[in-house]
Amino acid sequence: MHGPPPLPSLKPKDYKSDVKPVWCAGCGHFAVLSAITKALAQLALPREQVAVVSGIGCSSRLPAYTHVYGFHGIHGRALPLASGLKAARPELTVLVAGGDGDGFSIGGNHFIHACRRNLDLTYIVMDNQVYGMTKGQASPTTPPDWTGSRLTPHGTGLPGFNPAAIALAAGAGFIARGFSGDPGGLTELLIQGIEYPGFAFIHVLSPCITYHPEQRAWKQTVHEQSGATTADPLLAAQHLQQGDQLATGVLFRAPPPAGSATPARRQPITTDQLAARFVVPDQN
Amino acid sequence: MKIEKQPVTLPPERSAGRRRESPVDRKTDLTATRSLSVSIIGSGGTGVVTCGKILLESIARMGLYALLARSSGPQIRGGESAIMLRLAEQPVENLDDRFDLLLALDWLHVDRFADELPVGADTIILHDSDRGDIPPCFDGATQRRIATPLTRLAEATENGRANMVGLGLLGQLLGIPLETLCTAACDLLKPKGETIVGAGLRCIEQGYAAAPPAPRPLPLSAPVVPPKRWNISGNEACGLGALQGGIRFVAAYPITPASELLEWLAPNLERLGGELVQAEDELASVNMIIGASFGGIPALTATSGPGLSLMMEGLGLAVASETPIVVSNVMRGGPSTGIPTKSEQSDLNLALYGLHGDAPHLVLAALSIRDSVFTTEWAVKLAETLQTVAIVLTDQFLGQARAVIDPPRAPGLKGSRKRAVDRTHYQRYTLTDDAVSPMAIPGDAGCMFTADGLEHDQRGTPSATAADHQQQLDKRRDKLTGFDYGDDWAEIGGAGAICLITWGSASGAVREAAERLTRSGHPTRSVALRLLSPIPEAAFRAAIADASHLLVVEQNHGGQFYDHLNARKLLPPGAGSLARPGPLPLRPGEIVNRVMQGA
Ligand SMILES: Cc1ncc(C[n+]2csc(CCOP(=O)(O)OP(=O)(O)O)c2C)c(N)n1
Ligand code: SF4
Repeated sequence: MHGPPPLPSLKPKDYKSDVKPVWCAGCGHFAVLSAITKALAQLALPREQVAVVSGIGCSSRLPAYTHVYGFHGIHGRALPLASGLKAARPELTVLVAGGDGDGFSIGGNHFIHACRRNLDLTYIVMDNQVYGMTKGQASPTTPPDWTGSRLTPHGTGLPGFNPAAIALAAGAGFIARGFSGDPGGLTELLIQGIEYPGFAFIHVLSPCITYHPEQRAWKQTVHEQSGATTADPLLAAQHLQQGDQLATGVLFRAPPPAGSATPARRQPITTDQLAARFVVPDQN
Repeated sequence: MKIEKQPVTLPPERSAGRRRESPVDRKTDLTATRSLSVSIIGSGGTGVVTCGKILLESIARMGLYALLARSSGPQIRGGESAIMLRLAEQPVENLDDRFDLLLALDWLHVDRFADELPVGADTIILHDSDRGDIPPCFDGATQRRIATPLTRLAEATENGRANMVGLGLLGQLLGIPLETLCTAACDLLKPKGETIVGAGLRCIEQGYAAAPPAPRPLPLSAPVVPPKRWNISGNEACGLGALQGGIRFVAAYPITPASELLEWLAPNLERLGGELVQAEDELASVNMIIGASFGGIPALTATSGPGLSLMMEGLGLAVASETPIVVSNVMRGGPSTGIPTKSEQSDLNLALYGLHGDAPHLVLAALSIRDSVFTTEWAVKLAETLQTVAIVLTDQFLGQARAVIDPPRAPGLKGSRKRAVDRTHYQRYTLTDDAVSPMAIPGDAGCMFTADGLEHDQRGTPSATAADHQQQLDKRRDKLTGFDYGDDWAEIGGAGAICLITWGSASGAVREAAERLTRSGHPTRSVALRLLSPIPEAAFRAAIADASHLLVVEQNHGGQFYDHLNARKLLPPGAGSLARPGPLPLRPGEIVNRVMQGA
């Protein structure tokens, strides 16, 4: 898929901080953290050139556990914060990490517009179909008949949100699904996503063993996608709509956005020249 | 053309605020501000604003000063509008109590403006005799009227327009040399093409010739060698101040009346090597600028009340993570959607107290159009120096008005971020003498840290301990209260036992009221605050020391600034409040009257 990895001078553990995660033992997010540090090591990215930005949630705690630059922001706003950073500092590698509540509920609007904006970001959503941090309420991806929360004792009755299909409709160029139970496969997807020169959405099935213990069954039900990666949005849409949302792999990959699409910069100017425009001309 | 009643002559020396009705008013008759106030009104498409801009530029080129404010109807585009012009020998940035001259291109929907256009018995009303007579809301207000067939005169010229005829007429009455008027018109109309310029100039000449025969020299004397001056709008002034302060990244969502600021910034930022991103909403805007600033690029967003409300959680994140950002908030009438196109100083409480938790930050207010350059530049430099949030309050009146001003001054503060140098044991939130910690930015090797809105220890690691919370709260407060803001926290004028305290755009009317009171034998000082939080309390107490009568003046309903000062126990007992909501601008006469009533 990609050439032999460059000789890594830094090991995955060099990308980990000494801060101890607050996560429950067995939480899927541990494997995601490991996969991220492995991917960064394999890509041999200098630590100071990488930033991980997140919102709020168990999953969003991830930046402090890495030893790169990080920003643990506010609930739902990781994507705009990361977009501002990337727009201002395009040479940095910017990863965005969070949960399904953070990304698809409170941050849903930003998700759509980040896909459209197509900045070179890698957005990793650890989907456990529940709000872990606030102790187990339904999220947009929770199945309609899940009665595990006292807040929705009869289930939400609402159809689940299909993040990959929405990312496609909103214009994301790279859409993949991974599973925390397959850290090797996930590392591979992360490397491809980081290398993709546009917005890469990586939907990671990452069980919450505390509030959604039935997700342990994902070990059996999650499967590789049947076909190869497609660049055809119609075909991808069909698969994403019809599938069980448990298929892993690169689900869609559009040709990278054409080089620097920004129009030719206008003539440079200084602030003194700008100020001079306001001077009232001499009458004589 | 027909001239009704007596022939028109302008008063040889016009004193601002001349009012005849009450003995109280008469006391206010004396003032240093010699000025003339002119309004032009007309329905959509009559070209009121074009006339105003040409007049302003002509007056500027004559060497005088002027303010050009505007008001428009509720239509999205092309509705009736009014321009309000005040010209003077000295810098002037507030409106007078009433108008000396009113030019009506037509009278459609004029009742919507009537209360914004106070006229008196000696106001001259010029109107187009082809467009109906003076409506009841103005009739009887004035003894002086000049009816001219502007439309018919315009029709004599191919592509001719009545507004340009009216402009010529007005120019003649104001004593603006025809040549000055024509060169200014030529420069401003140029983008519309040669045909329009040619027709415009012919109409101006026609209007000029049609003015009543009596010579009407401008009662204001222009200097022989005019000093260097600028012609700028408040929104442009904010934008320029931001760029001079070093802002190179802006993210924002459009909103009236801040959009012009963004539209001015977008192309100019690009030419400075920066960028403006149109965000999907204000939640995104504020977080985008936090991200850019975390990346080391000074960043700003601009908005108005509804947008500022949405940004509050993000502002708290910037405060807690000590990421410098600037928010330029151009206030409009509130609450809710309120009066989007009109001015009010009513977002003060939100700017001061809208953040949850104990979240000290800077709140500043520009005192005038000219001061918008200084205050915004200062705000950027303070935010960068103190690694905090600075909210700069301006308003629709300041933002959308233009003025001829003396070149603005620049803050002395260098205003750069304290950057990390220690690359071995870097601690992002380490305690220092000035409570400002060195800041690393991505790319700095050896200083990797995670910025956090969670409470943290000096290193930045999340912490819920009482000791860390207390320490970081103290640090974030002390870096602001311990800083020496010098003399720039306020503009203090005059001396006297009467003390008028104000902030932001009310300052112009307050300063003029203080001058009028002083000249009428009631020595008055004015204290106009630019830095509203934290207020340098010792300096404030010194500024109001020994005052026997204090009045806090602001344009809102609740007396928000008055409450803010009282909450900090900065006012002596008995200090009064003059809090009047928008949309009508505060006028010097009403402040004088209030003082005299209280005296
Ligand atoms: C504005 C705001 N509203 C609500 C919350 C409370 N809150 C914290 S995390 C969270 C949900 C997190 O769920 P998810 O993003 O799925 O992450 P997980 O914990 O499952 O990894 C909520 C509702 C908050 N922090 N901020
Ligand atoms: S509550 Fe769930 S999501 Fe949160 S740490 Fe525990 S297992 Fe993980």
